[in-house]
Amino acid sequence: MNIIEQLEKEQIEKLGKEFPDFDAGDTVIVNVRVREGERTRVQAYEGVCIARNGGGINQSFTVRKISYGEGVERVFPLYSPVIESIKLVRRGKVRRAKLYYLRDRRGKSARIAERVDRNRVSRKDRIAAEKAAAAAAADSTPAAE
Amino acid sequence: MRSGVIAQKLGMTRVFNDAGEHIPVTVLKLDQCQVVAHRTKDKNGYVALQVGVGKAKVKNVSKAERGHFALAQVEPKRKVAEFRVSEDAVIPVGAEILADHFVAGQFVDVTGTSTGKGFAGGMKRWNFAGLRASHGVSISHRSIGSTGANQDPGRVFKGKKMPGHLGAERVTTQNLQVVQTDPERGLILVAGAVPGVKGGYIYIRDAVKRALPEDAPRPGKFRENGAAAPEAAAEAADAAPVEQNGENA
Repeated sequence: MNIIEQLEKEQIEKLGKEFPDFDAGDTVIVNVRVREGERTRVQAYEGVCIARNGGGINQSFTVRKISYGEGVERVFPLYSPVIESIKLVRRGKVRRAKLYYLRDRRGKSARIAERVDRNRVSRKDRIAAEKAAAAAAADSTPAAE
Repeated sequence: MRSGVIAQKLGMTRVFNDAGEHIPVTVLKLDQCQVVAHRTKDKNGYVALQVGVGKAKVKNVSKAERGHFALAQVEPKRKVAEFRVSEDAVIPVGAEILADHFVAGQFVDVTGTSTGKGFAGGMKRWNFAGLRASHGVSISHRSIGSTGANQDPGRVFKGKKMPGHLGAERVTTQNLQVVQTDPERGLILVAGAVPGVKGGYIYIRDAVKRALPEDAPRPGKFRENGAAAPEAAAEAADAAPVEQNGENA
């Protein structure tokens, strides 16, 4: 691993942020810290995540919502200290990684069906489970001998 | 005037500060940046430090250079440069300059060799507007247009901006702020872009147009030749015999 990647990894660990596993099509609430003069407060921004971009510390995501009949999109850097927390509200069933086509849609056609397959494990969890299984297997093998 | 250092540009990343803003930074690495020789008033007529960085293969170093490095008791260096210093800022020969030579928040000037771009046209090299996309323009959309007037003066003025070689020249960027330093790994994080390619060698000096902060180490932050790391020096001194002491150690 080169030094730049290492620095980024350290910084991600230092920021110590935990996020739900969300992707394009999911409806999320982003709690944003807003500074008003001296004091700060938390503002909720709810909408559909239409894109995830970048990797490592440079990850960002775009949230689109309809505000007073006008489409509003906001791009958040995932690891920004401005984000207090992210809450996953609803999973969406989509077949694209970037849902830019929603910009041309209004009303009924701009809806996203909910993803209901609860049995399916997310990719992140599956990898973790496989790792744990492999580790358990590795532990038991030398013990058996 | 303190000494500068030679560093290697590793690349860019971002840092989030406490205010929640992100700062684009360039990561610069000090790889065994040691003082190789002195230039003195008596001998050379000016005061400067010759600083070397990196590690050169012995077989690729000429005999004369090998003798020069041996005199200073340092490993052969890949890149060597001089930095003018004032007489009270002389660092002993063989001392390794550390990354916390610079303090976070101070401003530095960074000199490097810009990325070579080869033979470039007027639009890229001089920001010319080029010709129109339509209205009868044929083939020459990115050409430079006219280079002068008519029979009077009857020639193209000297210094006319024209296509030609771009980049791969010495460029100094002034007043870049140091965001943080990491003396253990020899890293300096500087806000903004630094001239040159990744892996290229660049010179970092205190900014000439900004005052040096009070807490900046003077004449500099360095470790003398043969001495162990500053914090470990006390323990190491009685634990293990320090090998190859420099004359000033």
